[in-house]
Amino acid sequence: MDWEVVIGMEVHVQPTTRSKMFCGCAVGRLGDPPNSNVCEICLGMPGVLPVINKAAVEACLKTALALGCEIPRHTKFDRKNYMYPDLPKGYQVSQYDLPMSINGFLEVDGRRVRIRRVHLEEDTGKLIHAGDKLHKALESFVDLNRAGVPLMEIVSEPDLRSADEARDYAVALRTLLRTIGASEAEMEKGQLRAEPNISLRRVGSVELGVKTELKNINSFRALHRAILYEMSRQTEVLESGGTVVQETRGWSEAEGRTFAQRSKEFAEDYRYLPDPDLPPLEIDAAWIEELRRALPELPGARRGRLVSQHGLPAADAVLIAADRELADLFEASVAAGAESKPVANWIIGEVAPSGKIPTPEHLADLVKLVTAGSITRDQGREVLMESVETGRLPSDIVREHGFVQMSDESALQVEVEAVMAANPRAVEDYRAGKKQALGALMADLKKRAPQANPRIASDLLLRLLG
Amino acid sequence: MTDLTNLTELTIKEAARMLRLRAFSAAELVTAHAERIERLDHRVKAFLRFTPELWEKQAEEADRRIARGDLGPLVGIPMAVKDVLCVRGVEATAGSRILSGFKPPYTGTAVSRLFAAGAVMLGVTNCDEFAMGSSTENSGYHPTHNPWDLDRVPGGSSGGSAAAVAAGEAMIALGTDTGGSIRQPAALCGVVGMKPTYGRVSRYGLIAFASSLDQIGPFTRSVEDAAVVLEAMAGHDPLDATSSNRPNDVLHDFDAGVKGLRLGVPREYYDVEGIEPGVKAAIDKAIKSLREAGAEIVDVTLPHTDYGLAAYYIIAPAECSSNLARFDGVRYGFCQDGQNITESYERTRRKGFGTEVRRRVMLGTYALSSGYYDAYYLKAQKVRTLIKRDFDTAFEKCDAIISATSPTVAFPIGSKTQDPLSMYLCDVLTLGGNLAGLPGISVPCGMTEERLPVGLQVLAPQWREDVALRVARAYEVASGVKAEVASIPSPLGGEG
Repeated sequence: MDWEVVIGMEVHVQPTTRSKMFCGCAVGRLGDPPNSNVCEICLGMPGVLPVINKAAVEACLKTALALGCEIPRHTKFDRKNYMYPDLPKGYQVSQYDLPMSINGFLEVDGRRVRIRRVHLEEDTGKLIHAGDKLHKALESFVDLNRAGVPLMEIVSEPDLRSADEARDYAVALRTLLRTIGASEAEMEKGQLRAEPNISLRRVGSVELGVKTELKNINSFRALHRAILYEMSRQTEVLESGGTVVQETRGWSEAEGRTFAQRSKEFAEDYRYLPDPDLPPLEIDAAWIEELRRALPELPGARRGRLVSQHGLPAADAVLIAADRELADLFEASVAAGAESKPVANWIIGEVAPSGKIPTPEHLADLVKLVTAGSITRDQGREVLMESVETGRLPSDIVREHGFVQMSDESALQVEVEAVMAANPRAVEDYRAGKKQALGALMADLKKRAPQANPRIASDLLLRLLG
Repeated sequence: MTDLTNLTELTIKEAARMLRLRAFSAAELVTAHAERIERLDHRVKAFLRFTPELWEKQAEEADRRIARGDLGPLVGIPMAVKDVLCVRGVEATAGSRILSGFKPPYTGTAVSRLFAAGAVMLGVTNCDEFAMGSSTENSGYHPTHNPWDLDRVPGGSSGGSAAAVAAGEAMIALGTDTGGSIRQPAALCGVVGMKPTYGRVSRYGLIAFASSLDQIGPFTRSVEDAAVVLEAMAGHDPLDATSSNRPNDVLHDFDAGVKGLRLGVPREYYDVEGIEPGVKAAIDKAIKSLREAGAEIVDVTLPHTDYGLAAYYIIAPAECSSNLARFDGVRYGFCQDGQNITESYERTRRKGFGTEVRRRVMLGTYALSSGYYDAYYLKAQKVRTLIKRDFDTAFEKCDAIISATSPTVAFPIGSKTQDPLSMYLCDVLTLGGNLAGLPGISVPCGMTEERLPVGLQVLAPQWREDVALRVARAYEVASGVKAEVASIPSPLGGEG
């Protein structure tokens, strides 16, 4: 009997704010000197008090709205009590039983993944151990730059059924967060941390198996690999008659495996307590409405519109809608008069991989030149690059370089005849039935006359080879 | 040059007038207090440490302000600060060894507002460790002695502050009140002590014991002085989300008297278990005096009083168990290293905290544990709501509530240290005001036969400090009882 994997995702996202969750310190950047973005509040000095960062609340509410969550009128912050040197107050301010929002969903590949809750909390600091292994370290250092940085925790229901789906969910979430401007959501910068929990069960079974939670995942690729690894690990355990231990496991990118970090057998008692320093928040309905109205078109809706309004294939629409900048470029280029399908091809094939974004006017101009057959696709690629670098109109670049496609048959015939004369062997082979010899002749033609229109030239060559 | 010996017996109001008249300078006023401290404090032990550099600088600045014609009521007034309030660069230990050596990098809001108003800081006063106690015997440093009888406690937890004002060592002392920690020592030391409405004074810079109950308030030797200090430090603070932005007119109708006011006497407070006859007699006299001044005395009831103590001793320890988690020896204060981080935590906290603090941290940790939360913490919060309702109902029938502040007068040092429960009972008449967030004031209401002070407590509805102060003032005027500076007999004979 086969196994089915059941995956839920816990994603921590750093909302875009200037200051920390409860004090005026800058959120800072990766690589800032240790303990440079700290004050008495985020250091947890005696006598200090937290004050809620409104920008963080707003980012969380926007995210909740974009995920179709319910936003209860009352919400509060709680203390999660545990002692660790990276936690200056001895508790983390988080949200326990009255989170900012509940019961939403995110559409992934046409399927709804249910969102259980989205809440706000503060990040902890970082420990740096002298020496490469914790148990061998002689000294440990504490960097509290991250302590108090706001985090949104987005928790899904266990609705994902493969590593692909889990990765696509994380990508879709990132797209959504960027689209609404709630977070830059760069995984490499630690602004988005995905922690999948994974369990296996027999296909057809409705009960959930014992789950493990994976941490230390720094990229979408790592997320995919870690889940695949963990699935096969659990399969082996189960098929050899063992039981999966409920625990937190770390992903080692270098070794390509997960390893046990912390057993959850004896669940830690966090002694949650409503934070008496923070009065409960009453979320103003008018504020919610204002935020709802200000939300941009969400990726799901835009994807649908790219298909219905612009006639793009679903696969192209997914790729373009995933990036707000690309989607904007697409629509503006089409508005500037270029045909939608070739614009999509240029964006997916050239613009996205290069990461260099032309203006919509320039892209439209370029696409029109290629579609009209005035230049070849290869020439177009060069022109696009030059246009992005210099900021000049592609038509001007083409004119200046004499990059005009040779479509005139009499002129082409001279070139084709020259190629045949220079490659008598290939001509002979072709005529003897070796059709692949045509490739060599075309390659030579492209070298001699790069501006030749390839379609007309190959017709001509075939005719002359007769 | 005036005779400096009398300067330490003045009220703020009197001193401010004389400073403006140049009868003496702020520097002379602070010197007079420094000299009295020098002479007496080795016996009273109200202070933990002194801040001569600060007082010299602040007194100089005060004299410059006076020279410029600054008429602020607190310019040049010597002040003592309880060891739980942070002042930049001044060691703050909350009466605990675990914070020894800790110098805050910032000044809390209440203190900085008083500094801005011109108050001059003398030093830091002793208290029960992390404000947990009713006698100041739980200090990690030394006990403080009651200036009226050095063999007795000054009350607590702000015992050092109360004793300093009673002994004439300071004109203002700041305290904090979580279950009675200002009002009870004020009563036992025969001075005025006020706990404002929760949220009236910013808690920023107050080393937290129980965040939902703590409030900062003043000790002074007159009701008007208390009002002036309160006014200077109260008001919204952007650094404290629980501070209120309500208008701050606490001196409204200050001298209007009690004629036409209804004063409630809760029978549960009047007949509280263990109330001493001397205390009861003093309160009866106070009630009579207020009635004669025109107040209508009405019977009220606070039926959930009996549950208040139990609820308080769940809520306060629960919050303290969380608030005190930061004292781990990693970033500041005392640290006792171990083989690993857990052992280091254990050693630091076992050695750094005293018995009572450890007891309450354990109580609170237990009350919040999974499986016990509903039975203890949640239940206690429900009781808290009932107690608030008791007061709401009582205030429908009266404008303010009056009672004894403490069922007993100052007790001998050491007499309750072996029995935490009897110590907890010291707060039975005050902690309801904290659970309900009410403003309360204790004013001296005479002495027992053994010359020990008794305090009258006035509780008012939330945000009605004006009513509490008006009643207290009316009592002060009607009774003629004033806070006096205790004369402390010298061990060699004579008086100090």
